[in-house]
Amino acid sequence: MKNNSRRGFMGKAFGAVAGVGAVASLYAMKRSWDPLPSVKAAGFTTLDMSQYKENELVTEKWRGKPIFVLKQTAEMVKKAEKNPKDLERLIKIGNDYFLVCLGLCTHLGCIPGYNPDEKSFLCACHGGMYDFTGEVTKAPPPRGLDIPPFKIDGDKLVLGEEGPEYKKMLENGITLKA
Amino acid sequence: MAHFTKAKNLHDWLNQRLAIDTLNRVLATEYWIPKNINFLWAMGMILAITFGLLLISGIFLLMYYQPNIDLAFDSVNYTIMQEVGYGWLWRHVHGVAASVVFLIIYIHMFTGIYYGSYKNGREMIWISGMLLFVAFSAEAFSGYMLPWGQMSYWAGMVITNLFAGGSLHADGLVEWIRGDYIPAQAFLNRFFMLHVLLIPLAIIGLIGLHFGALRIPHVNNQDGEEIDFDAEAKKYLAGDKANSKVIRFMNDFLAKDMMVVGIFLILFFYLVFYHYDFAMDPVNFDPANGLKTPAHIYPEWYFLWSYEILRPFSTDVGLIAFAFAQVIFFLLPFLDRSPNAVPASRRGLFKYWFWAMLIDMIILTAMGKVPPEGVFSAIGFYAAITFIGLWIILPFITKFEKKV
Repeated sequence: MKNNSRRGFMGKAFGAVAGVGAVASLYAMKRSWDPLPSVKAAGFTTLDMSQYKENELVTEKWRGKPIFVLKQTAEMVKKAEKNPKDLERLIKIGNDYFLVCLGLCTHLGCIPGYNPDEKSFLCACHGGMYDFTGEVTKAPPPRGLDIPPFKIDGDKLVLGEEGPEYKKMLENGITLKA
Repeated sequence: MAHFTKAKNLHDWLNQRLAIDTLNRVLATEYWIPKNINFLWAMGMILAITFGLLLISGIFLLMYYQPNIDLAFDSVNYTIMQEVGYGWLWRHVHGVAASVVFLIIYIHMFTGIYYGSYKNGREMIWISGMLLFVAFSAEAFSGYMLPWGQMSYWAGMVITNLFAGGSLHADGLVEWIRGDYIPAQAFLNRFFMLHVLLIPLAIIGLIGLHFGALRIPHVNNQDGEEIDFDAEAKKYLAGDKANSKVIRFMNDFLAKDMMVVGIFLILFFYLVFYHYDFAMDPVNFDPANGLKTPAHIYPEWYFLWSYEILRPFSTDVGLIAFAFAQVIFFLLPFLDRSPNAVPASRRGLFKYWFWAMLIDMIILTAMGKVPPEGVFSAIGFYAAITFIGLWIILPFITKFEKKV
């Protein structure tokens, strides 16, 4: 009987040590699977906003994802001004307004195409449509095109850093954290 | 230590050390199989052979494949296809087998459902089989990534996005799975590891479990007859082979198994040599491009039915329906409340349920392939609703079934 309880105690002690080891190794496994520091460090892109032409969609790359940059014409800005929610989606640099968003449909992640005449985006996969501010005009996408974290730096835009303008968009629910 | 004597020959030498005679008896010559089973029971053997083909062809592909996002596409489409002697053969065998294995798995599953082979003591056979189905699905998906073509890349993008859980917006989890913000080098390497090591190991283990689960309840038969295997085996061993309801697995039943396997292999190699392209998506012959989406994204044919259950709903509802479709088959032994383990044709409403389920899944498969527009998306929507509805009514229609 005495022996049994000794064995039992040793079993429990071993179990406790093994449990600690198992949890520690699970943590190590989780961390091994995390994105590498070099991948995270490459997560910043700087855009020179003076080079874009009005109503011409340019696709940039940030974290490997396509980023749409669309400089708005005066007419588009006027139209957006009528609906304050629309204007809030645009980024103002100097006197110019830009739509800068992830070029991935918020439905299933396909890349929508831009039609400069209609001034709208169409995602052909499931027929989703967005206007020139990236707001949904036709389902199935559940929300407007996501806006990447950005910081305005003079006439440059740094993607990957969260500036005050971006934080305001998050607060107002204009975009989800991309 | 056991007592060893000087061996009379190699067989005796091995027998003293490995008990090969006992092993042969338990696994082959006295592994009893009912007489009244048809060719549909040979699907298990066909699956084992196809898995062997996948393993061997995979080993040869592995010798030249490069798990690197810049080299992967050419290592498959140029090196293996053009340079390696008979490299094309391994690729076509591997590609066709990966597709055909699912056809056989579905036949194997629906045979089990039709004859009630998941019931009354055979639940673990069914559950281990479903675990194998999941493991094969993961194996197929991770393998599909490796040539790093357009469809590989975008399938990787869309499927990993599912883990964001729709409105839960768990992007951190998605990035963790990928090891990057998009499917990139880390993603390719880890899916390569999963495809060639971890999942195959799991599959081999699960095959062991699946076979083991068969050992005590034994294989079902065409009439759902409850056979006393011990008594029938005794009759057979006493020499009354004609009246015994069972036969040896080897060599008796294996002869029939091998005939079916032979016919299967003729069809299989016909596909390998003349119609290998049915298993290859044309879009995947464009190298992966993260800045361009293919016009229409769809999975391989064997995933179309569950893809179509995801598609006609809004994101969150679709994900829930999709998750439902993935797990519900596991519960079949418990949702079928009838005591009968007989062919569907001799049961009550279950007879109609079986055919409705089979036809519904074929419709879902067809609708998953076409673009979700107009009448097709309507058909897909109702077929998805029907699928869920059929599972909900299953316990009710089987509860009132009379014992036959």
